[in-house]
Amino acid sequence: MSASGTVIDAQPSRLRLGSERRHWARYLPVTATGVLLLVAIAIGAALYDRFLTGQVLANVLITNSHLIVLAVGMTFVILTGGIDLSVGAVVALSAMIASKLLASGWTAPTAIPVVLLTGSVLGLLVGLMIHYFKIQPFIASLAAMFLARGLCYVISIESIPIRDPFYVTMSRYRIKIFPDTTVTPAVFIALAVVAIGFVVLHTTRFGRTVYAIGGGESSASLMGLPVPRAKIGVYVVSGFCASLASLLYTFNAVQSGNPLHAIGMELDAIAAVAIGGTLLSGGYGFVIGSLLGVLVLGTISSLVKFNGTLNSGWTRITTGLLVLVFIVMQRLLTLGRRHEG
Amino acid sequence: MKAVLSNRLLWPILVLVALLIATRLQAPTFFDIRVVRGNLFGSLINIARNTAPTLLVGLGMTLVIATRGIDLSVGAVAAMAGAAATMFLQGTNEPNRIVNVLLAVGIGLGLALLAGAWNGFLVTVLGIQPIIATLVLMTAGRGLAQLITDEQIITVHSQPYKLIGGGYWLGLPFSIILACAIFVLTALLTRRTALGVLLESVGVNPEASRLAGVRSRSITWTVYIICAIFAGLAGLMITSNATAADPNGTGLFLEIDAILAVVIGGTSLAGGRFSLGGTLVGAFIIQTMTTMILTLGIAPEITLVYKAAIVAVVCLIQSQEARALVRRLVFQRPDKVTSDPPAAVDREDEVVVAAVDATELVSVASDVTGEP
Repeated sequence: MSASGTVIDAQPSRLRLGSERRHWARYLPVTATGVLLLVAIAIGAALYDRFLTGQVLANVLITNSHLIVLAVGMTFVILTGGIDLSVGAVVALSAMIASKLLASGWTAPTAIPVVLLTGSVLGLLVGLMIHYFKIQPFIASLAAMFLARGLCYVISIESIPIRDPFYVTMSRYRIKIFPDTTVTPAVFIALAVVAIGFVVLHTTRFGRTVYAIGGGESSASLMGLPVPRAKIGVYVVSGFCASLASLLYTFNAVQSGNPLHAIGMELDAIAAVAIGGTLLSGGYGFVIGSLLGVLVLGTISSLVKFNGTLNSGWTRITTGLLVLVFIVMQRLLTLGRRHEG
Repeated sequence: MKAVLSNRLLWPILVLVALLIATRLQAPTFFDIRVVRGNLFGSLINIARNTAPTLLVGLGMTLVIATRGIDLSVGAVAAMAGAAATMFLQGTNEPNRIVNVLLAVGIGLGLALLAGAWNGFLVTVLGIQPIIATLVLMTAGRGLAQLITDEQIITVHSQPYKLIGGGYWLGLPFSIILACAIFVLTALLTRRTALGVLLESVGVNPEASRLAGVRSRSITWTVYIICAIFAGLAGLMITSNATAADPNGTGLFLEIDAILAVVIGGTSLAGGRFSLGGTLVGAFIIQTMTTMILTLGIAPEITLVYKAAIVAVVCLIQSQEARALVRRLVFQRPDKVTSDPPAAVDREDEVVVAAVDATELVSVASDVTGEP
């Protein structure tokens, strides 16, 4: 698979020592995520008659399409060993800018590029701070989070509704994929982002550098890889994904800009990436895993909703516990590696 | 003069004084303090009262950060402790009885202790990075708080409980007296015993300090427990002052304010050295800023933009690379110094650290103080 080739390029010394067993171990977390998703769906099917229908599963995709895009961006950042706490606030800011521009007479084709640029520019600033001033990713993206959330309130303290015909069409339009099962265009955009993310990470120079930075920044530099460009680039990717996610979020769920949107969404994205089997200290992981991670979280939350009487606190508790399980699993796998390396 | 200039607390204190004076200039009644029935009232008293939770959590956070860790779960722990204590009080027939209030406080703090032990277990025994390990409880803790209150906002009517966060003692808000007492106790424990040095040694290099005979594992574990207990107490204060516990709202962004207070106070996030006094000033700066914006009639939410600016500036000041950049710019174009306040800040720091030249020092000092 191209994925394994990538890492061999990036970290020759580690994998040449590697045995077949460890080769297989690389895919263990992401396989576990896949199994977990099937188990979650099976539990739903066993408990509720109506759970195992195409539309219920499609709805998981529809309501989480923005989170899928966010998680893809977050995967890039986490693969380099960084973290981006600003994405939730950037989603809110992008939605605010979109709704403000549309309310003041802009059309969707002119407003959307501006929105997409917002996140990318913020991401660029974060990346520059991290790379050139050696500020910890956590703090730099925290500053961006404050800034973005604060700018939301500068734009407006109240919710601004979006009534643009393009947005309305995007939210109402349904595409039939199976009989009795329809999805929104947002789902296709989200899946396209996953596909693009996969291709970029596994076939381009940028992608290889991202994995190499996570494996060891100084060795990546010594190998002559363009570390500064990639290290800043991942935050631009994450910012862009956050803006794109905000588009899908406004298409799907809310159709408004509100400074209170998407509070804590960065945690969901990080949790999805962690559950997707990406090593949170960087270097190992796949965007496909993040997609599966989002779907696991989405399925659990729809299970809790199906029950109706269950306290919604359970969604958060299971999320936390699943993150823990995956971290511990990763920890055990990497411990084995470290002793051999 | 040099001792004053090289003091790490100088800049935070100057910022705090500047903020207070700026607010006073805009709002003439800002410094007024009235005495009503033996208790003090006024904007400054409000700042003191509202600083207490941030200060407490900031103290715990300082200790955790000194060991090169971080605790993101403090907000969730505050929500859990507040929820548990108010649920207990609501369930009893006599919420005004002292025994019941003490029991409620005990339950809240006990829960916080468990949370801290859990975080410490993940960090020390399983060896998970602190930012990730505490993320687990940050997510799950709010869920637990929701379970405790059954997704309701719990209101509490209990005079003794109200004392913790909203009451007065000896004419001053009880919460700030409590927070300051804990501050003094922590400072004595860490600076008058070897504990502070041990914490710093763990932060510099846990493995080396273990080999040198420092029990780095139990020290780290203890620090997470202390941090969680302080967070729990902050949660009790917040719910007591608001007379309600909201599993989603209590202590929201508390971790961020606490980390901010620590960072503004000059404690490096890289661990290895800490300044409790800095955190005290940092916590007051954050609350003064919030109150200032309320007093000036700006939308309170815009505080976040200023917080972003402060975080960015403080981090840049701490960053070696940014200092080097500024130094290059300054030495190439010395005439630009006075027109650029952050440059002056950086340069002053660099000069003191490098002790370049006595005349330099004097000229910079006069830049800063405005004296010849």
